[in-house]
Amino acid sequence: MAKVLVFVEQRDGKNKKSSFELIAASAAAGNETHALIVGDSVTALANECAQYGANKVHVVQDAALKNYSAEAYARAVTTAIKSLSPEIVLAAHTPMGKDLLPIVAAQVDGALATDCTSLQFSGSSIAVKRPVYSGKAMAEVEFVGSGVKMATVRPNSLGLPKPDTSKTADAASITVDLSGLKTKILEIVKGNSARPDVTEAGIVVSGGRSLKSAENFKIIEDLADSVGAAVGASRAAVDAGYRPHRDQVGQTGKVVSPTLYIACGISGAIQHLAGMRTSKCIVAINTDPQAPIFQIADYGIVGDLFQVVPALTNEFKKLKE
Amino acid sequence: MNLYVCIKQVPDTETKIKLNADSTGIDPAGIKWIMSPYDEFAVEEALRLKEKNAGSTVTVVSAGPDRAVESLRTALAMGADNAIHVELPDTADSNMTAKALANTLKKEANVDLIYFGKEAIDDGAAQVPQLTAAYFGVPSVTVVFGIEYNGTTLKCKREIEGGSYELVEVSTPAVIAGTKGLNEPRYATLPNIMKAKKKEVKAVKLADIGVSTSDQKIKNKNIQLPPPKQAGKKIDGDAPAQAHALAQALRNEAKVI
Repeated sequence: MAKVLVFVEQRDGKNKKSSFELIAASAAAGNETHALIVGDSVTALANECAQYGANKVHVVQDAALKNYSAEAYARAVTTAIKSLSPEIVLAAHTPMGKDLLPIVAAQVDGALATDCTSLQFSGSSIAVKRPVYSGKAMAEVEFVGSGVKMATVRPNSLGLPKPDTSKTADAASITVDLSGLKTKILEIVKGNSARPDVTEAGIVVSGGRSLKSAENFKIIEDLADSVGAAVGASRAAVDAGYRPHRDQVGQTGKVVSPTLYIACGISGAIQHLAGMRTSKCIVAINTDPQAPIFQIADYGIVGDLFQVVPALTNEFKKLKE
Repeated sequence: MNLYVCIKQVPDTETKIKLNADSTGIDPAGIKWIMSPYDEFAVEEALRLKEKNAGSTVTVVSAGPDRAVESLRTALAMGADNAIHVELPDTADSNMTAKALANTLKKEANVDLIYFGKEAIDDGAAQVPQLTAAYFGVPSVTVVFGIEYNGTTLKCKREIEGGSYELVEVSTPAVIAGTKGLNEPRYATLPNIMKAKKKEVKAVKLADIGVSTSDQKIKNKNIQLPPPKQAGKKIDGDAPAQAHALAQALRNEAKVI
């Protein structure tokens, strides 16, 4: 059993599900599980942490913490670690978590493994695995030395149990000195996408250069929207200007581990496979039966995506009815 | 302005990975090495700022084995003025690398900005820029795809999820970790490549900057290539039949929708 502190990520007063994966996994292993929420007026978010298994919820609240900034949030988390002395500190590997934890690690002299896709607790330590060469290989990580062990875990890697909605939590406050900050968040400019982010979505539908134009990605978007999925793209499709770089899946884009990955018109270049091969179920739709993507696909359809994809959208809609 | 760019040499993205004998790393035989693609945006950004500010210098720094000098020469050929090679073993983790970079930078007279790529595409840890900033004692802004310079103040666009971004204001000195969109990196011309071969690359030994293997916090062990996947199911028929069979299989067999 270990004392575990989970950094619970919130934006705009909403907790991130990927943080609850960590709380639930820690609690299921019988650890003393502490949740830490940082922000402005966030005590209302404490109950949810308890419902996924946190034994104790801590909040660091300040108007200056309303929006995430690496510098201010690192001070908050570092202060909490120094006051609570956990053996293990966890966060989700998200734009916030991956930016934040290295700074905290430097401040508390911790040992940090990022982008882990597997996490197991053993005694007061953890065993983690992480992809290297963007998923072309997997490494076990050995923590050296006696410092606090820290890990960021890729969303969707551990799974989310049903919460016990009868539970509530009393949040304990931790105060932090926020004087002399050198960075300032001027504005958060919202993207216009109603879809989930490609790195956090449970289902990802990706298109390749065979889509032939940005406009043709509409059929990919329709398929994605029929199941609440994110839209991804191959490097070839991004280089051709069909999609923005933030949608690119692969070694020079995002690495993803969704439950279901549907690759449409993607041949499966080695650098694309590296970014999605840890997906739990892979579907490939391609005209070329020799395309390398079929070698890692659980289900393969040799066919014209312009016919198969709209038909699949209809089938998914029917399943919902 | 004194601009610094930290770069890493990595295997080309098309590289097929083979493991070394004790599975702690990769077999370097036959690998084509390149500057990590995100680092090219960092080099380009520093060069553009230098070109707008007379009297500025761009110094590229790489901590790694001897082959890292090749990437430093690539950056020199792009237009960097100086290069520093910190002699770091291949097995160093993010923490040891960041300590080596920060301690090297502390020996420099004045450091205004330190650029990085948002992550190296081999280890993909995305730790070194933030760790270096923390050890050097300056703030960091990562995943930056646009910068507006105004004297010693920078407004950075930092990419977050869902196509949103944060507009972050930071004062120099600071660490900036760039991503695609920041600029279009230039290609080195042949004359500049030839000239870069003759430029001096300053060597720094770990003992000179007080860094040792005791700064290593994590180690890779038992690296495995992904197990070969069993052949998947091929779904035949015309498009409506294929789509129907696939949807049913995803619902009832794979249970993923």
